[in-house]
Amino acid sequence: MLVYIFLYMRYSRIYTFFIIICCVLIITSCKNETDRAKETNENDVIEVYNFNQLKPLLNKSNDDKIHVVNFWATWCAPCVKELPYFEELQANNKDVEVVLVSLDFPDKFESQLIPFVKEKNLGSQVILLDDPNENEWIAEIDDAWQGALPATLIYTDTKRTFYAQSFTREDLLKEIEKFTKI
Amino acid sequence: MKKLKILIITLTVIAVSAFTSENDLMIMKDGYKVGDIATDFSLKNIDGEMVSLADFKEAKGFIVVFTCNTCPVSVRNEERILALDKKYKALGYPVIAINPNNPAVQPGDSYALMKVRAKEKKFTFPYLFDDGQKIFPQYGATATPHTYILKKEKEGLRVKYIGGIDDSSRNAANVKSKYVEDAVDALLANKEIKVTSTRAIGCSIKV
Repeated sequence: MLVYIFLYMRYSRIYTFFIIICCVLIITSCKNETDRAKETNENDVIEVYNFNQLKPLLNKSNDDKIHVVNFWATWCAPCVKELPYFEELQANNKDVEVVLVSLDFPDKFESQLIPFVKEKNLGSQVILLDDPNENEWIAEIDDAWQGALPATLIYTDTKRTFYAQSFTREDLLKEIEKFTKI
Repeated sequence: MKKLKILIITLTVIAVSAFTSENDLMIMKDGYKVGDIATDFSLKNIDGEMVSLADFKEAKGFIVVFTCNTCPVSVRNEERILALDKKYKALGYPVIAINPNNPAVQPGDSYALMKVRAKEKKFTFPYLFDDGQKIFPQYGATATPHTYILKKEKEGLRVKYIGGIDDSSRNAANVKSKYVEDAVDALLANKEIKVTSTRAIGCSIKV
């Protein structure tokens, strides 16, 4: 019985996501072109986005990729610990696209985030999310997220899971495995 | 027709069971919801004394803030927490700060360093140590900082608000909505709280 309920809740949530994704896609379809231009920037450029600019990166479709969006900050110890696992994913797996969304303090962009990204030589795309309306966008990223870091969103065209937790290398690979098409 | 009946019964069972199970899961996983009665606790303050909410006979309620020494978001909100205590202690809603972190995982959040931090920042409120991490899971706190507003009622301490201090944890200059102030103001004026739960950026609790 419990399993049944669990599945029901799970799929009803996925269904809700699907509707949200469709809405977002329709709303942002006109905007996509400019945002895509930004995405192709060099990796060493850290873009500063508000939530509306970030949204397309949370809802890419029709590209057969596994999208991994990690929410982190240089000041968050468990985030920094798991960063290498995301970097390895990006480097070793052609089918995976990693985006590292930093929630560093916007006034520490120059003094903390940029030097950190340079020092670690991060290969994944890094974005600073600077949007003051956190109560709204945290919920929009995932209803189960209260805003604690780290957190990660993994999605493909057909599957979407949010993780309000940190990962070990093993656990992350195990989760990615679930998104790999047979 | 029979099929339709079966379908309706099945759907009802699903709806009811999903609803109840969600509630059960919430209590297990997420702790209190707005409207629940919060349990009191007895936790060690930085002065060595044990503190319970029942000790505050005159209080109308409490602003309970799960916070710590090390989380940069907490540090950035210390002035705001001090300001809340300064404004609302006299009005019957004192701040009670609780450090939920396990010092074995986050050594900077040890009881000894809590004393140092409180002295440095001149905390005007109790700063309690959730030794053994028994209290934060009951509340369902997920981050530091994480705020709960409790109101004394006949049945006990009613949870009236859960969430962030305001809508801009990272930058005090950008604050547009002061959720906690608005909620306590509403309680003091016997009005309905407009926003009863919010989300805010924070550090995960170290377990």
